[in-house]
Amino acid sequence: MNWLLDLTPDEWNAVRLSIKVATVAMIASLPPGILIALVLARGRFWGKTLLNGLVHLPLILPPVVTGYLLLLTFGRRGPAGAFLAEHFGIVFSFRWTGAALACGVMGFPLMVRAIRLSIEAVDRKMEAAAGTLGANPVWVFATITLPLILPGLIAGAILSFAKAMGEFGATITFVSNIPNETQTLPSAIYTFTQVPGGDPGALRLTLISIVISMVALVASEVLARRVGQRMDIE
Amino acid sequence: MTLSVDISHRLGDFAIDANFESAGRLTALFGPSGSGKSTLINVIAGLIRPQKGRIAVDGRVLVDTAAGIFVPMHRRRIGMVFQDARLFPHMSVAGNLRYGRWFTPVAERYASMDAVVELLGIGPLLDRRPTKLSGGEKQRVAIGRALLASPKLLLMDEPLASLDEARKAEILPYIERLRDQTKIPIAYVSHSVAEVARLASDVAVLSQGKIAAFGPTEAIMQRLDLLPAEERGEGGAVLDTRVLRHDEAFGMTVLGSPAGEIRVPRVSRPAGALVRLRIRARDVMIATEQPSGLSALNILPGKIAAVRPGVGPTVEIAIDCNGATVLARVTEQSKQSLRLALGREVFAVIKTVSFDSATTGAGLPVEADG
Repeated sequence: MNWLLDLTPDEWNAVRLSIKVATVAMIASLPPGILIALVLARGRFWGKTLLNGLVHLPLILPPVVTGYLLLLTFGRRGPAGAFLAEHFGIVFSFRWTGAALACGVMGFPLMVRAIRLSIEAVDRKMEAAAGTLGANPVWVFATITLPLILPGLIAGAILSFAKAMGEFGATITFVSNIPNETQTLPSAIYTFTQVPGGDPGALRLTLISIVISMVALVASEVLARRVGQRMDIE
Repeated sequence: MTLSVDISHRLGDFAIDANFESAGRLTALFGPSGSGKSTLINVIAGLIRPQKGRIAVDGRVLVDTAAGIFVPMHRRRIGMVFQDARLFPHMSVAGNLRYGRWFTPVAERYASMDAVVELLGIGPLLDRRPTKLSGGEKQRVAIGRALLASPKLLLMDEPLASLDEARKAEILPYIERLRDQTKIPIAYVSHSVAEVARLASDVAVLSQGKIAAFGPTEAIMQRLDLLPAEERGEGGAVLDTRVLRHDEAFGMTVLGSPAGEIRVPRVSRPAGALVRLRIRARDVMIATEQPSGLSALNILPGKIAAVRPGVGPTVEIAIDCNGATVLARVTEQSKQSLRLALGREVFAVIKTVSFDSATTGAGLPVEADG
């Protein structure tokens, strides 16, 4: 059993980095994810189909293509990348932040889908009732809509996290495979499979990857059930 | 308080065009389903924006399309009780009750939690979840929630329509208390003659999106032609009476009215209590002489005050019994053979058993005084 837990520092770093990247990707995706889901579920405007398609693009494009597009846009010389680096000091290329961006973008359609479905299931009559009680639209959203879509939010967040833990193609294309900076679990596993005698390392990281994903899944189930019980939704 | 409404709104094939002004304690918006009463109340609440018109509560203009005024619903201070209660499932009963209070400016909070809980008898429910409540309990909590926002006007959209008879009887006394013990004016949507006659001070009758009539409840309930066909048999005189005494031996209550004593099945109200009595026009017989050897216990002398053609082969005869009008619905044949005409002295005959809990407004016979 010892060989299983005896990780090298580089392997530990890959595990830590993966969790950090996935967590940041998930949290940073939530506000825009809720906003886009709200717009897609409730909005009526020209170009809604286009927006919907755009959001789903990372799901249907080859990950390498998404990664390359990110490189073109958010790379040092890309329009968005140059602007952010110059004005806010945020650099994505070949940094762990870039890995988080790539993971966030890849998980975004999954998150938006889950949240959108739960928003569409909200009984708008409840919101009207809150309005007659004096709550303005922002308060209605915060006190009625948001609590009612909580199970969908949790599901969307976990999907995004799980996708980020497994993201490989877009990440490696955008920010490469630099140990301690952008080498997440999948990249590290890939690296092991490319060198002679790397099999035990690849297997270790694979098992760890499975455990993290399972824990996230079970945690989300427990959380969603607890929220559902609290609300007693019939 | 006056509620003045003058709006027109078109929704597909349906057009609503309503104009009325009410200063009553409880104004009923009454009409068959599809007459536009729910649309009208949603317009007053601010859930629907009318295409044209003006709405004012106590002089405060909420909508004036000509002047470009539209106060959004959350700033109207109008409470709304929906047919389906709409309690928030993620909050306890207490949380639901407190919700609207929180958005009310402190200076304008007149409703107190304790008073509302006491008024509606919902003290034991406070810690429960809305899904664990019965239909009647949900509706009482919904009324309390609306009250605690300290509204300037309370709208009730068929609050009893989805409840069974026993639950209706459970809630009606609370709505009466609300009407009599608080100062909030109420607009109440209903298609039921029984509810309107018992609760309303004024009635606006809606028909195909238009106000067909508006007036005091006593007058409107006698206009059988205004009532929806399936409710016409329920129409008749509405009298404010007082409990004189109970006749325990025969299980009866004697009510005092200007028309004389009226015997009804035992009502669970103390002596002296007000009872709003509805006498269905179809239950009233007319005798031209003092009847004798008749089982009916209520024989009220009076004078024919009006004769109107009724719906179908019937005639509606209004009898002035010492100031109180009793309406009778008889056949054209009876009218001719008895020569019933204006000014004639007659007797209105009503069987005691023709009264029931729906017409004596006393809840279920088995129910203890609430």
